[in-house]
Amino acid sequence: MDAILLAVYILLFPGFLFLLAYAFFFQFLDRKISARMQNRVGPPFLQPFADFVKMLGKEVIDVKGMDRKAFDAAPILALAAVMTAFLYVPIVGNSPLAFQGDLILVLYLLTLPTIVLFLLGWLSRNVFATIGGVRAVTQMFIYEVPFFLALLTPALMAGSWSITDIVAWQQSHLWLAVLQPIGFVVALIGLQAKLERTPFDIPEAETEIVAGPWTELTGRRLALMHLTLDVSMVVGSALVAALFLGGPLVPWTITPDWLSWIVGFALFFVKTLGVLLVLASIKVATGRIRIDQLNDVGWKYLATAAIVQVMIVLLMNYWWVSA
Amino acid sequence: MAEVVVPIGPHHPALKEPVNFKVVADGETIVRLELDVSYNHRGIEKAAEQRDFVRVVPLLERVCGICSHSHTTVFVKGIEEAMKLQLPPRAQYIRTIVAELERMHSHFLWLGVAAHEIGFNTLFMWTWRDREAVQDMLEEMTGNRVNYGINEVGGVRRDLTTDQIQAALKRLPHLEDRIAKYVDMVNHEQTMMIRFRGVGKLSRVDALKLGAVGPTARASGVDYDIRKDDPYIAYADVPWKVVTDTHGDVYGRTLVRIGELQESLQIVRHCLENLPAGPIKVTSPRAAPKGEVLSRYEAPRGELVHFIRTNNTDKVERLDIRTPTLANWTSVAVSLVHQNLADIPVVVAAIDPCLSCTSRITIVNERGRKTGELTWDELSAHGRAFYRNGRRA
Repeated sequence: MDAILLAVYILLFPGFLFLLAYAFFFQFLDRKISARMQNRVGPPFLQPFADFVKMLGKEVIDVKGMDRKAFDAAPILALAAVMTAFLYVPIVGNSPLAFQGDLILVLYLLTLPTIVLFLLGWLSRNVFATIGGVRAVTQMFIYEVPFFLALLTPALMAGSWSITDIVAWQQSHLWLAVLQPIGFVVALIGLQAKLERTPFDIPEAETEIVAGPWTELTGRRLALMHLTLDVSMVVGSALVAALFLGGPLVPWTITPDWLSWIVGFALFFVKTLGVLLVLASIKVATGRIRIDQLNDVGWKYLATAAIVQVMIVLLMNYWWVSA
Repeated sequence: MAEVVVPIGPHHPALKEPVNFKVVADGETIVRLELDVSYNHRGIEKAAEQRDFVRVVPLLERVCGICSHSHTTVFVKGIEEAMKLQLPPRAQYIRTIVAELERMHSHFLWLGVAAHEIGFNTLFMWTWRDREAVQDMLEEMTGNRVNYGINEVGGVRRDLTTDQIQAALKRLPHLEDRIAKYVDMVNHEQTMMIRFRGVGKLSRVDALKLGAVGPTARASGVDYDIRKDDPYIAYADVPWKVVTDTHGDVYGRTLVRIGELQESLQIVRHCLENLPAGPIKVTSPRAAPKGEVLSRYEAPRGELVHFIRTNNTDKVERLDIRTPTLANWTSVAVSLVHQNLADIPVVVAAIDPCLSCTSRITIVNERGRKTGELTWDELSAHGRAFYRNGRRA
């Protein structure tokens, strides 16, 4: 792929510009779906974008004695990390940037927003923000291990550390959601926890600690952090769609190229929306659990389930895939 | 983490009215907490002494936004007792219907708030939608959704027509379905159960010792309901039972309130179907003879007490209001210690606190070691100075 096409891929479609638009669209859909389930009207189509623009223009309030440079830089770092992660996930076809090990890179880039939230909470010099930040990392230690295990087992089965290769493997075999149902469920729950959505919105529980690490965020900092979470949701759904639902590829070859891109994009669209629907349903169907209860659930059941899935995959590799 | 002081209030998203908890927490565990109430004193008791019996009723209706009918009923009931009036049964029944509808919309509201405190916003939205149906019924009967204005000394101000009764009866089956749905949800929704069970425990002994009232006490197994123990208006004529539970935690309080929703609905249905014919009021004298009355009433939140002293005039000489929230506060402070920080909102919400109704004022003269009261003029002068200076005058 030549330089101009690569630049178009990264900056326009399906890179950053598309990603931002899709993130706003995702937020709209998430809010609209939850609202309809809760018997509310929900926001109009452009509301997420309008909110973003409005917040960009609002006054930025500095807390007395805070480290201003770090506080400004943290949301930008988080946003940059998740946007970079998106480039390695197949959208219309294979990602041109794919390399062996991009799965690991994407997982770690997705972890950055949580660390940034902790950092923001710590830098805020506010008791609610500090408690929220501590809760955010505590929660991360609980869900991160099962989540990583669940997302790495597809690599074990496909025998490659590249997301693109795993998608290609599913093209000639079955969807990994069928082959690894336990891992798929753990991945969805882990994604919900990573995005800090109910029942895992413990770090930002508004009735307990106001807004947690978000409490002292104002203006463009708040706008960027909200955008970061929206982008994380897109990247997370796209990642789950790629690793477990076969990504944008179909088992047979489509010619010409432009038609296969359209089909690929349509598949990406439908599959990410499916993941979003599941995440939104979990959100409206549950209340928030406590951090000690999450600890129980996470280590007793989620981690066990993920390890069992790894074991099953290793056995399957031995008898079935290699045979 | 070391011990930190978490200020919850006077302004906090979990609170709908101002109160202040200084929570000392060790990590996520509560070590102790200090309670500071009375941020919103309105001088209603004093204002009530300035108004005659006709004009005092609308004022008392505004003591509480939810229990508006409770405060007027308990007051007119006391005055009628002082005047030795016999009320026509139709008036008693209409008061009972409005009282039980009020209890229903209050409990629906509570269920939504409790769900919201644990982040379960779907139930919050659903119960508040169903609460609209109750408020629509109240609006059709009385003309208002919140302050019904149905009571006056000597009876009620509006009669119910046959059409109104039929319309109200038609709405009840839908509400019955919804309540059944919530019973199902409370018993089967996992996140609700793990957040409610074993949280905010209050034993029967503690409930009695701390003087808890209403659903808070009944959830700890205390069979105490003024409607049964000291029946007033039409409760003696209606078949119903007191709902109690032995869990003693937030889960028990939820079960009691949902059980009361079902009971209230049956009381409303019985009263609507068996509404006696006759007048809706008797003529009352202008003044009440000298005397003291302690009027008790089972408000949605618990026992509400009005102490009324009359003085051969058309005004009360002294009105003392003891709201159920005041009786329940101490039980909250006790049941919160050693709980999780995350449980504060739901344990506080579990007594269904109504904070502004609870604010009272006593003037303490430290040097003379005496307590006293203010006159109406002194109080209003104090209020004006307070807000003009923006600080405690």
